[in-house]
Amino acid sequence: MIFAAAEHFVRAPQWTWYILFYFFFAGLAGGAYVLATILRVAGDPRDEPAARLGFYLSLPATLICPILLTADLGASWSRFWHMLVDVTPGDTGLNFKYWSPMSVGVWALLVFGFFVAVSALDTWARDRGGRPGGLLPGAIGRAFNIVGAIFGLLIASYTGVLLSVSNQPVWSDTWTLGGLFLASGLSGAAAAITLLVRYRPGAAYTLERLRLADAYFSILELVLLVAFFLTVIVAGTAGRTVPWLPLWIIALIGIGASMMGIRQPTRVQASGQSAAMAPVAMEATIVSILVLLAVLAMRAAVIFSAQ
Amino acid sequence: MALTIKPGESYGFFTDTSICIGCKACEVACKEWNQLEGNDPKFLADSYDNTGQLDDQNWRHVKFIDDVPAKAVDAGNGTAWLMMSDVCKHCKHASCMDVCPTGAIIRTEFDTVFIQQDVCNGCRNCIAACPYSVIAMNSKTGTAHKCTLCYDRLQGGLQPACAKACPTQSITFGPLAELQQAADVRLAALHAQGISQAELYGRDATVYGGLNAFFLLMDKPEKYGLPNADNAGLPDRNNIGGYLAALVTGVLAVVAGLVAFRRRGES
Repeated sequence: MIFAAAEHFVRAPQWTWYILFYFFFAGLAGGAYVLATILRVAGDPRDEPAARLGFYLSLPATLICPILLTADLGASWSRFWHMLVDVTPGDTGLNFKYWSPMSVGVWALLVFGFFVAVSALDTWARDRGGRPGGLLPGAIGRAFNIVGAIFGLLIASYTGVLLSVSNQPVWSDTWTLGGLFLASGLSGAAAAITLLVRYRPGAAYTLERLRLADAYFSILELVLLVAFFLTVIVAGTAGRTVPWLPLWIIALIGIGASMMGIRQPTRVQASGQSAAMAPVAMEATIVSILVLLAVLAMRAAVIFSAQ
Repeated sequence: MALTIKPGESYGFFTDTSICIGCKACEVACKEWNQLEGNDPKFLADSYDNTGQLDDQNWRHVKFIDDVPAKAVDAGNGTAWLMMSDVCKHCKHASCMDVCPTGAIIRTEFDTVFIQQDVCNGCRNCIAACPYSVIAMNSKTGTAHKCTLCYDRLQGGLQPACAKACPTQSITFGPLAELQQAADVRLAALHAQGISQAELYGRDATVYGGLNAFFLLMDKPEKYGLPNADNAGLPDRNNIGGYLAALVTGVLAVVAGLVAFRRRGES
């Protein structure tokens, strides 16, 4: 049994607030890019405004990531690049260890950052720059988005794998964290785009569909959360998750609120501006905030359970 | 007996806990040579083990396992406390090296595991990985610290400070093959004396491919806070399961997204 390593004598790495918020923003950044790509490539032309919101959102969410990661380093921030370049005297070269998720993640973040920056610029060009087709029109643009989205999926998920690739209790006792963080990142991204629609009323057409997608992601997240608890119970380390019960409850509230979107999809009329829309918008706002809190709480509960 | 230390050979420690008297000379010698300031004195109040743990300031730590039942084996023969001078194991398959993203952790020309202080950037991935709780952050340098197996002394042809200071030869340093032979002889002698619970830990490849700093224990490894062979896994064992779960989730999520966002006929 691969995950039966129930006895742990390790020291906690003290990955706390910076890392928690990094995991949060990495989930949103990756998730937003993936959703924007699906909306643009497979969605209705009327989904394009929401897709643009997603591409815009992924830019600040990605930019903050290296700042948080660098701030968390014990040594001077100026050694961040040691992740990329091995400076061992006599053995210098690029660092890439496919079996170390931290090494994979650093490169993935660099590559994803490129896609995010180009896509944000492309979106800006479509919006304001007088180039309706953007910098990357047509099939080239879509292909570019799809490749970027693959890195988005990696960015949103590898952080969970990174925790598992350790000898820490809870983290190393489960195979679920990568999937769990991805599902919750996508759910959080749908919620964040929903919140941003108020600044871009043209994107209101997609609200209902975002709500539905969020519900699907939350079902995935719930299944993985159950699997997570089963694996740590089997490993005998479930007791360490108990002190964080309030955080798990916040996570479950967000998942539950989001899943209700399946039964009561938000009805948004094309007119979009009527007074009748106000309660709907209010409900979508509350659900989105609950979902984002859940994304943060679930990551906090996982991170602190081992430390 | 002069020992010639040659690059390219495997060196290590054999720590025989059956003759450790808990004097902590190893801890002191280590701090002296490596200029470790030590932590502020603490009285742990539950044992004579006031060092508490291996960390950035304690590269040798004499563990006192004194919860042994106080019953006499026979007249004049009490049950002894277990004492063990713990240290970085310099694992053949080292978990810390496995995950280190900067290449700061290397195997030296003496086959020991060494953290290059000018390369380490303090990400702490090695701390999350080390199954022996050996590595800790140094608050002054912001980098990960642990036993170097006196890398500088080895380069100068000297044996490590702890082994040199140990008054009972519980800690011996030497070429790994010689240490392993000596350990086998010692284990056979103890077994011949009826001390059947004695066992070698890290002598063979069952934990982390074998340990360059291995031990003779007087009880089960778990008793000393050491993972047994069943529990000794490298961090990268979890890569496949973790990425596979992420991949399956990713595929399902993209399908879910396509279903939710698909073009519809209605207005």
